Amino acid sequence: MASTFTKVFTSKRTVGILSLVGAGSLATGYLMHRQNVSAGSQVRRIYPASAEYPDLRKHNNCMASNLTPAIYAKLCDKTTPNGYTLDQAIQTGVDNPGHPFIKTVGMVAGDEETYEVFADLFNPVIKERHNGYDPMTMTHPTDLDASKIRSGMFDERYVLSSRVRTGRSIRGLSLPPACTRAERREVERVVVDALNGLQGELKGRYYSLVQMTEQEQQQLIDDHFLFDKPVSPLLTCAGMARDWPDGRGIWHNDQKTFLIWINEEDHSRVISMEKGGNMKRVFERFCKGLKEVERLITEKGWEFMWNERLGYVLTCPSNLGTGLRAGVHVKLPRLSKDPRFPKILENLRLQKRGTGGVDTAAVGGTFDISNLDRLGKSEVELVQTVIDGVNYLVDCEKKLERGQDIRIPSPISQFK
Amino acid sequence: MDRSCQKRFCKGTKGLITFDNDAGISRPSTLILEKIPGQNQVKNATMTKNKHNDYKLQFTTDEEFPDLTVHNNHMSKAITREIYDKLRSKSTPSGFTLDDCIQTGVDNPGHPFIMTVGCIAGDEESYDVFKDLFDPIISDRHGGYKPTDKHKTDLNFENLKGGDDLDPNYVLSSRVRTGRSIKGFTLPPHNSRGERRAIEKLSIEALNSLDGEFKGKYYPLKDMSDKEQEQLIADHFLFDKPVSPLLLAAGMARDWPDARGIWHNDGKTFLVWVNEEDHLRVISMQKGGNMKEVFRRFCVGLQRIEEIFKKHNHGFMWNEHIGYVLTCPSNLGTGLRGGVHVKLPKLSTHAKFEEILTRLRLQKRGTGGVDTASVGGIFDISNADRLGSSEVYQVQLVVDGVKLMVEMEKKLEKGGTIDDMIPAQK
Repeated sequence: MASTFTKVFTSKRTVGILSLVGAGSLATGYLMHRQNVSAGSQVRRIYPASAEYPDLRKHNNCMASNLTPAIYAKLCDKTTPNGYTLDQAIQTGVDNPGHPFIKTVGMVAGDEETYEVFADLFNPVIKERHNGYDPMTMTHPTDLDASKIRSGMFDERYVLSSRVRTGRSIRGLSLPPACTRAERREVERVVVDALNGLQGELKGRYYSLVQMTEQEQQQLIDDHFLFDKPVSPLLTCAGMARDWPDGRGIWHNDQKTFLIWINEEDHSRVISMEKGGNMKRVFERFCKGLKEVERLITEKGWEFMWNERLGYVLTCPSNLGTGLRAGVHVKLPRLSKDPRFPKILENLRLQKRGTGGVDTAAVGGTFDISNLDRLGKSEVELVQTVIDGVNYLVDCEKKLERGQDIRIPSPISQFK
Repeated sequence: MDRSCQKRFCKGTKGLITFDNDAGISRPSTLILEKIPGQNQVKNATMTKNKHNDYKLQFTTDEEFPDLTVHNNHMSKAITREIYDKLRSKSTPSGFTLDDCIQTGVDNPGHPFIMTVGCIAGDEESYDVFKDLFDPIISDRHGGYKPTDKHKTDLNFENLKGGDDLDPNYVLSSRVRTGRSIKGFTLPPHNSRGERRAIEKLSIEALNSLDGEFKGKYYPLKDMSDKEQEQLIADHFLFDKPVSPLLLAAGMARDWPDARGIWHNDGKTFLVWVNEEDHLRVISMQKGGNMKEVFRRFCVGLQRIEEIFKKHNHGFMWNEHIGYVLTCPSNLGTGLRGGVHVKLPKLSTHAKFEEILTRLRLQKRGTGGVDTASVGGIFDISNADRLGSSEVYQVQLVVDGVKLMVEMEKKLEKGGTIDDMIPAQK
């Protein structure tokens, strides 16, 4: 049945021609299906920018640190082609002054163009969040060649499980904070269509949140796969829970080692995981799966949002670049009590979380250890960082067991 | 890469559309719009004042229509694909759209105990532009109220009979509340920070000019001291950031606590909430059962406030069809909830309690307000109706009904029956 989106396919095949014509990489192809661009309707503005500027005096997030009245005045009357505004992008940061433990980003993108139209705010925020990475001057390396990984097998007496996740957005469709129901359903259709083409160890099936049976739901909960309607105000204030559970679902392969979340915080979240310490195999499957999915959507005329300045484009600026979080659940009862633990982690460019994920506490000395960085280093580099770092941490734990002393390692160099 | 100029191609155009990235896209484009045959698309995108809605119109009604299969609220019952198709291309002058109205009802399929409305207004014009949806909802919620019906407003407290003799051994406190929207501003689901602050400023000016029994003080939520906050909590005056998903999904908690606050008179018997679920919520209350006095103060205070707003050319939103215009359709008409906290331990466990309430056109809530349970046999009893009858009439129902129920309670205490006291349906 012909939908609005079938018209998109014919236009997307001319993407190749356009890139020859020399359109900028960001513009190539992704606006092909914009049939109606409202001719000149301004954002509704009754009061001057100074009257609309948010009160950020008690705020502590990246948006609040970088949104000056001058930047606000410059950007507040602009919109992306789809009509997304600055006020919408920053609403989550206005509504959520700060997180007790971490400095949140405080803004989101409603579509790919958000990062361009509101670059005057996004660029300094990106720079602050990603250790000085400057989107105006630097380029981000993408590398999904898992064969480059060295010694990716951990000591399984300490490392209980290994996991790599990232996100992918479908170019041409708005992101979760702004997408319409039709767009969200189209994201679901496009991604599920591609996933159903996966073979071998990746072969699996899709569970739509709308049609899920109670039995399926219980199984997914037991497998720790089910994601629920967001409760974090950081997400709900950004509009990501609208129309729940319409267009949302979970796909996983038969072996339960490759899992995709559809239309949660991003169009898709891709997760490769397994019990034990074989991070190399986890990453191999991760890369293989991602490349396969990309091939399958490209066949149908779609592509992922990506550019060489920002890497993979996702909803939250904190996930730009690789969008990758590679981590393990590892037992570090002695090391975690050592006062040098935070510094060791910092120098290794790692972060700790509880075993429930972000915003949870550790249980029984078992921590979730993962990479801090996302942008400016490739996937291979980041996973290698985690492998080397976790090996170091396990080594420290063993030393402490034997009554030996440990050393704080020198800091790993930044991309600059 | 040269980022100062990006070339974009749009299907259906005659050529390139260029814009200078420095200016974003605030410059009018030279794009010619094309209608795609066979689709339900808007013919003129500039008809709306909402650019995102313009963008959305490229998708068909079938593609955009919400999935309401598990829903049970007034909106989900009333909306059809025909109505959605007809209204989706429209917007109010301020840019509020149908999807904006219904989002809360899409996100909240139903309440376990009560039938929620499931849609809200973003401004005064919403009730007009989206009539085809609001009219059936209003009818369903307000006992068959027709689009041609007229609503009577009566804030003349002298028309209330009795109400000063409710037994204080049973009636612990009396309260009347309503809401008011200020003409010329959009409503809490839609208003910008600039508008909300202007509403606050105007409200403070109006309230600070009150004198006599109404003389009082404004406490902005934003910079409240701990001491003030504790006092307001102890007085049961402080309202908090909404947690109900019904309100959050409608966007009413945006920018909290910016431009929100509480005003009350020195006597702590007249209280105004600014910029919570409505522009203003006006509350008159006191301990004991003298509802007559509570209502008198309510009416006098409201009329004084209204005069001041009118002087600033910002009177209250009102029309003869739906009375006082408020954010939620359930509060149209009088927007009035007049009630008491009353001890009815025996009557509340009687088999006919619900029946009695229905016949008296009253509703019960717990003493924490809506969505709370009663404690120790003490109930919040208030009028069920809002639209189609006047303030005086609704408060009269409360006065007469509570008086009767207290008598029933006393009879049950003595071991008697109340079968002969059960009233006819009002």
